[in-house]
Amino acid sequence: MIKFSDKQLRIPKLMRPVYLVTAGMSKFGRAFPETRTEELCIQAFTAASDFVGMTPAELKQYIHTCYYGHFADHFGDQLLGESVIHDRLGLDPLGNIGVKTGGATGGSAMWEAVKAVASGYSDCALALGWERMDEVPTDEGNHLISAAADKDWETPLGHMYTGYYAVMAQRYWKIFGKEEESFRKTMAEIAVKNRGYARMNPHAHGPMKITVEDVINSPIVAYPLRVLDCCLMSVGSACGIVCDEKTAYEITDNPLRIYIAAGSHTLRVADRRDMKVPLLPNEKQGQYDDLGKKFPGGNRYPGFTGFLAARVAAYYAYHMSGVVDPTEDLDVVELHDAFTISDIQTYEDIGIRPYGKGRDYIETGDAYVINPQTKKPGKLPSNPCGGLIGCMHAVGATGLMQIAEIGYHIWNRWDEIHEPEEKWKAFGREKPKDWTSLQVKGAKRGLAISHAGVGSHVTCTILMDPNKLIKED
Amino acid sequence: MPKTDEEKGFVDVVNGRYKPRGVFHIIEKNQPIFNKDSGKLAGVTNPRDMTYIHSYGGEAIFFESLGKGKLMATRCDNDKCEAKGSIFEPFRIYCPDCLRKATIVDITEKAQKMAKIHSFIITHRSGAFNTLPKPIKFINVEFDKEVVTILMSVLSVGEPEIGKRVVPIFRTKDPTYTIMDLMFVLEGTPESDLPEGFTY
Repeated sequence: MIKFSDKQLRIPKLMRPVYLVTAGMSKFGRAFPETRTEELCIQAFTAASDFVGMTPAELKQYIHTCYYGHFADHFGDQLLGESVIHDRLGLDPLGNIGVKTGGATGGSAMWEAVKAVASGYSDCALALGWERMDEVPTDEGNHLISAAADKDWETPLGHMYTGYYAVMAQRYWKIFGKEEESFRKTMAEIAVKNRGYARMNPHAHGPMKITVEDVINSPIVAYPLRVLDCCLMSVGSACGIVCDEKTAYEITDNPLRIYIAAGSHTLRVADRRDMKVPLLPNEKQGQYDDLGKKFPGGNRYPGFTGFLAARVAAYYAYHMSGVVDPTEDLDVVELHDAFTISDIQTYEDIGIRPYGKGRDYIETGDAYVINPQTKKPGKLPSNPCGGLIGCMHAVGATGLMQIAEIGYHIWNRWDEIHEPEEKWKAFGREKPKDWTSLQVKGAKRGLAISHAGVGSHVTCTILMDPNKLIKED
Repeated sequence: MPKTDEEKGFVDVVNGRYKPRGVFHIIEKNQPIFNKDSGKLAGVTNPRDMTYIHSYGGEAIFFESLGKGKLMATRCDNDKCEAKGSIFEPFRIYCPDCLRKATIVDITEKAQKMAKIHSFIITHRSGAFNTLPKPIKFINVEFDKEVVTILMSVLSVGEPEIGKRVVPIFRTKDPTYTIMDLMFVLEGTPESDLPEGFTY
């Protein structure tokens, strides 16, 4: 059993309010054989400057420090890739630093940028991320990704990341899914939803119109996870720019308040010792005392069924921002659906549903933009961009793409990013005849989870319309 | 194609320093990448053949013991630590709580009597450089309450199921001195069914 001290559980405090002023992203795809990484990064940065009606040169005048998310140097055979991109963006002589936290790299880059502004070091900071996963054969790529596990104890076994999650899926399915076929179908519904939403996103790498049966019959990668349960391996870039209040209103009339926090847990799942469930604001003391009775085997926490890092990141971020119940207080979320199973685990870790009840979020239709059962707006839509399963997982960019997407909903400009015919054409993609707006109407608050490894690092970002804050500063 | 001994790199430690001998990288020419449709140059390949040198440090005894048929772990024995008595497998050189050096303990017998499958997967795919025959049955092994962690390994013989009893086997013939020298089989597996080079 491990315990946390009060000092460790202290709620983080930003020394002054921080605002997201703009965000941008490139096209995402499996491979860009005729495009250099810097071209994708400049595409993302230019999209961010266009979004606030500035030229890139004008926007650059505000930036004071830069935080670059690029996880896998070994994919690109380029150390200090951050320096290359910084130079190509023409941002010398500003201070810059590279951030690497696996799948959470994008969120972590933003975490650093926000702290720089909150501390007063900078009035305006750039968080920009990318990944280049197409420049090695896929099996070597799988090896390189699985090297983000313990190189002596795990990687030599030839694992790939799907395998690391599949053992969690087995355990979760047995304990909380009670080995029911209906639970397997619920997992598949996530893949159907997210790949379907990706069809409305010109940036998306993996749009598909599929059924639950397609998912369940797709080739096995690591049982019970099948190809369509898994996220994409993508290339692309995304960015966000954060400022103090004065600078934010110089750039835009509509900046969004941003809160962000991070958590961590052992890189090896093997090392996860038993502990008491840390509670979120919408949970009660003793709530999980009988978890092992209700779900035999479920008393080991976080074990193979929860992500402590996500729980801790949410704990900090909810207290910082005043969120009590995410389902009631938020309007839209972008979650790190690396695999259908980890998506369900995350619903519980961040308190959308209590532990053991994650499936309910999908089964009630709350997770949909339009609830398929009631045909009315879902209570808390998740991943309208398509998520990692449908849109992209270009590791260093993923967390920033999610933050951008939440921003577009709150700015009520989601359609402007996803609808224009000319963008679909420029990206060489065909706009579906049944294209439908997935703008979450009236969205004022949202959340993005950026997650690494099997939960080694997680950031929780909360964006709010400054007129709809929950907590006074 | 496997390398001959003349093409391989070897390392010894001499006078406290690494002493490499043999071949550590074979230079291979890069190749152009053309777009077959336009005929234009898109890029180049950058072949690399490198051998990394890596220290096991305080974990060396774990990897060396596997080849001798022993499963070593560590235990926190610090009276002032709340984790006192906790056994770590994977082996941790230092207790994660008090950061005092942990005591090395032999848990071979404990594993033979108590190990069972906590979770598992069966996969037909793996990353590059993998040498295990497919399908690969990865298992996560729990021991008893003293062992506070869950070890990742491979089930070499038998069909995995959560809760099934397993016992460790060791590559005692030509050990690789890696985690690949440790696997598990279902309890009751005859020694004659063990993979080449492995013993109980």
